[in-house]
Formats: sequence, C-alpha cells, structure tokens
Amino acid sequence: MKNLRTELKESIIKELNLEDMEPEDISNEEPLFGDGLGLDSIDALELIVLLEKDYGIKLTDPAQSKEIFVSIEQMASYIEENRTK
Amino acid sequence: MAVATWLWFLKMKSNNMPDQFYIQDWIRIKNGRIFTGEKLIFESTEKNLTCFLKACYDFLDIKYPKFHKMDGLSKLGILASEPIFNKYELTKETALVFSNNASSLETDLQFQKTTNTFSSPSLFIYTLPNIVLGEISIKYKLQSENAFFISECFQADLLKDYTESLLNLGKAPDVLCGWLDLQNGEYDVFLCLVSKEKNILFSEENLKNLYYAENEKPTH
Repeated sequence: MKNLRTELKESIIKELNLEDMEPEDISNEEPLFGDGLGLDSIDALELIVLLEKDYGIKLTDPAQSKEIFVSIEQMASYIEENRTK
Repeated sequence: MAVATWLWFLKMKSNNMPDQFYIQDWIRIKNGRIFTGEKLIFESTEKNLTCFLKACYDFLDIKYPKFHKMDGLSKLGILASEPIFNKYELTKETALVFSNNASSLETDLQFQKTTNTFSSPSLFIYTLPNIVLGEISIKYKLQSENAFFISECFQADLLKDYTESLLNLGKAPDVLCGWLDLQNGEYDVFLCLVSKEKNILFSEENLKNLYYAENEKPTH
C-alpha cells in the first residue's frame, strides 16, 4: 500500500498542476504556502476539495485549513485521524 | 504671401489632425503555428491543445509556473503576449483591448462538468473571458486600461475605434489589441501592438488584411 504522504504529494502535484515537480521534490515538513511550495488561496480551496473527494473529510470551518495545510506531514496526520474513506 | 498663407494653413491643419498610429508588430497563433509579423517562428503537429500549449511554452522558454494553472484562453494570451513584451520595452501603461467569439465557453463547460461531483475552484476563477487580461497584466506588471469584447466575428472597426480612443485620449502610449478565441479545442489568436512607431498604418483594412492572411477558416 502506498504511503499516505507520497500519495498526498502525487495528488497535490496533479490537482494543482505543479508542472515539472516530482513527489521527491516536496519534503514532508516543507511549508505548503508562502516560502515553501508557494501555493496560493485558490490552491487552498483545491486542497479542501481534495480532502473531501479523496478522504471524505468535509471542512466546515475555513480557519481549520490554516492549521491543516501547514505541511504534508500535518495534512497526513489530520487525514489519518479523520478520514471516512 | 500666398505661399506663406498656404504653409500656415498646412501647419494649422497638421496641428489639428489627430495623431496617426501604426501596427508596430503582430502575432498569430493558429493551426499549430506561431507567427510574429510575417515570420513563422514555431510549428507543431500536436493536435492535443494542452500539449500544444505546453510545446509553445517550452519553445518560448517562458519560466512562469503559474502558466500551468491557467485555463486555455489565458495560456494563449500569455503565449501571444510573450514575444511582444520580450521584444519591446513597453511601459506599465500599455493597454489591452481583446475580443473573441466564444468568451470563456471552453472553460465554462469544463467547470460545469465538475459541478456534477466536486466543483473546481481553480476552474471557476477562469469562467470569465477578461481573466486573461488580468493574467497578462500580472505577468508583465501592467497597470493599464483593458477591455474584452465579445463579438460574432473579428470586428476591425471596434478594435480600431476603441484602441484609437485610448491612444488619442492619452490613456495609453501603446495598445496590444486583437482577437483571442478558443472553442472546441481550436484556437485563433491575432494580437497586434499599436503605437506611434511607424510601420503599417493602423486602419480597419490593414487589421482585416493581417487577420485574414493566415485565417482561411476562423474558429467561429
């Protein structure tokens, strides 16, 4: 079974069209926004959709996303605790 | 005395005449080919739109990761603008006056499909035709007038009138104007840079001649 963190990196690269980027290029602790991967607010919305679509997690409080989308590691931990599929 | 009067008349006439503008340069993207002016700079047999746009991006050596997140219309806008902005030192006041037939229909339909399951925010933001003007403005740091017209077919009179109005009123020193259409995976792009730099006279007839020269079959 594929590691959740690798799976997340692949999904993010695909869904956010991060051209010329490979999962190995993203470290688990690297910030997803700002200086790290440099994602923007629209990307954050896509990540919310990704959580619901792939893991059955529906975020109702937008403030939550700020804490969850800190890094791949943080996202993976949240998914492991809350996934419904 | 009569000659002096005649010269005075000519001078006054010239002072009162509106400025003359020229098509300084132009770009065409259609049927797998990119032309700048009359020169073919890129040709591809790639039929898949996404692959063709990526091939153009690679050819033009654009380093702009945000390009990959754009919809087809915005990608075409960036690809057509890049050679012009690379070649000329244009100011942030350079205005954009675009037009097309299909508006953002290509992306609208893609977005509509996603609404059956999970609506895509990144597609939604491109469901307006003038988003491409914003993307071009961001990339080339423009803070200028812009407009996007939807019309049945290439309307040279509309482009000429609006562009000349901006130039005559001093709203912009130069204008990138033209046609940027995308529908059913087929693209038809014609943008020209209009300024006081002498080249081809900026007229309806010349606009039509340049547009139709490589446009035996429009997308609409």
